[in-house]
Amino acid sequence: MRLTCPICGARDRREFYYQGDAVALDRPAPGAGVQAWDDYVHLRDNPAGPRRELWHHEAGCGAWLVVERNTTTHEVHGVTLAMAVAEARR
Amino acid sequence: MGELVGTSPCAGVLPLTIGDVQAVEVELGHLTSIAPFAGQATAASVALEAAHGMPLPKANCTTGKEGARAIWFGRDMALLAGPTCDPAVAKHAALTDQSDAWAAVTLSGPSAEDVLARLVPVDLRSVSFKRGHTARTLLKHMNGSVTRLGPESFLILVFRSMARTLAHDLKEAMEAVAARG
Ligand SMILES: [Zn+2]
Repeated sequence: MRLTCPICGARDRREFYYQGDAVALDRPAPGAGVQAWDDYVHLRDNPAGPRRELWHHEAGCGAWLVVERNTTTHEVHGVTLAMAVAEARR
Repeated sequence: MGELVGTSPCAGVLPLTIGDVQAVEVELGHLTSIAPFAGQATAASVALEAAHGMPLPKANCTTGKEGARAIWFGRDMALLAGPTCDPAVAKHAALTDQSDAWAAVTLSGPSAEDVLARLVPVDLRSVSFKRGHTARTLLKHMNGSVTRLGPESFLILVFRSMARTLAHDLKEAMEAVAARG
């Protein structure tokens, strides 16, 4: 498996650290309540198919990436800098 | 206070010559990481060029030449190798002295590419990785930096604490390549 880092280019999977669902980009407001925080910290779905995940280019440039990929077909649909995703929301 | 004797990171394990490839430790001088403050990459590059004659490198590239080289070193970061970084650059970037933090080794010879192909998951052949190109990548299991210096020559940087592992991994790969004849 290869991921195309927006900074470094196409790189081997070994260079990346997998963080899981990109839920960390959707941090609730401090006063959002116990339910929202419990969900954010602990509860994860585990579907097969298209996923939106955070990966860290740990052995490369060091950037956090949002990777869209399909776990049933192994297609990678897109890799975006997490910072760009966060900035686009501001 | 006693007389202190400096020891280089690869002392006792390099140089190595196996087959047609040589691994030699190199003394790069001062090493300073340059991390431009937000929005100040251009100003930092101008300041670096005014002080040391080379701009900040783009991703996967180096600028400058032997003795004073700026090596792209990760997202929004470069490593200045050679001179002490001019304090004027500090107005636009965070500077960190990393002089004793890295082991620096050149790998050279006709089969140097073949040796690195056994350790590095990036295509380092000259068609895609030209002189002055650099990569932050893996050497076997170590994070490191690989730069092409010439047609048969590469500069490798790994954490100083990994110097012996680097020498060991290079030796194994050099022996394996040499055994193929
Ligand atoms: Zn990268």
